[in-house]
Amino acid sequence: MNKKQIIALLPYQQPFLFVDGIDEISEHGITGHYTFKKNESFYKGHFKNNPITPGVILTECMAQIGLVCLGIYLLKDELNQTTNPKIALTSHQMDFYLPVLPEEKVTVISEKQVFRFHKLKCKVKLLNSKGELVARGDIAGMLMIK
Amino acid sequence: MENNELISKLKAIIKPYIQDEDAFKNLSEDTDFVKDLKINSANLVDIILDIEDEFDIRLENEDMEKMLDVKSAMAIVNTKLAG
Repeated sequence: MNKKQIIALLPYQQPFLFVDGIDEISEHGITGHYTFKKNESFYKGHFKNNPITPGVILTECMAQIGLVCLGIYLLKDELNQTTNPKIALTSHQMDFYLPVLPEEKVTVISEKQVFRFHKLKCKVKLLNSKGELVARGDIAGMLMIK
Repeated sequence: MENNELISKLKAIIKPYIQDEDAFKNLSEDTDFVKDLKINSANLVDIILDIEDEFDIRLENEDMEKMLDVKSAMAIVNTKLAG
């Protein structure tokens, strides 16, 4: 399965798709990126006249790249081009260090900790374009083929 | 392993993941992990992994599917320990 096929199987679309591309992927982990657009819907409200990317959105971006893209790759033998995986976020613990502003490109690096019985748990980091650590934490979810 | 010892080991494993405290206090062999203790699917996997570590056994998908309540968990652990 190639990187484009993985992104095509993601169950998200605008305005809630936070994956632009996958840089590297293996059984052990994934690196991917996303650039926050100037007009993302949440900037109007977070915050008033002071657009900053919400932590929940950074977490979502980390989960979409770090867990869902990796999970699709790990399930590649069970998936085909027409079956979408069923997914659910089940836990996350996240620390944040720096803000992300509109038009910033972020890179997500995820390392697989456990993938058994359809539960995937990863250590995930998010870096800004200067390579500075923006957020890091653990994210876990369930991935099923139905 | 004695049933009492096995149940108390399982109780210690299950405790961090339960949502229903009353059902946990009244835990018996018939207690259902999902219906009674309200454990979610991801934590059910955590319990399976913790059982593997505690008893030094390896569980498979079919074991996971059967492990719905305390009774079936005890039976599976005993079978694996005997094997």
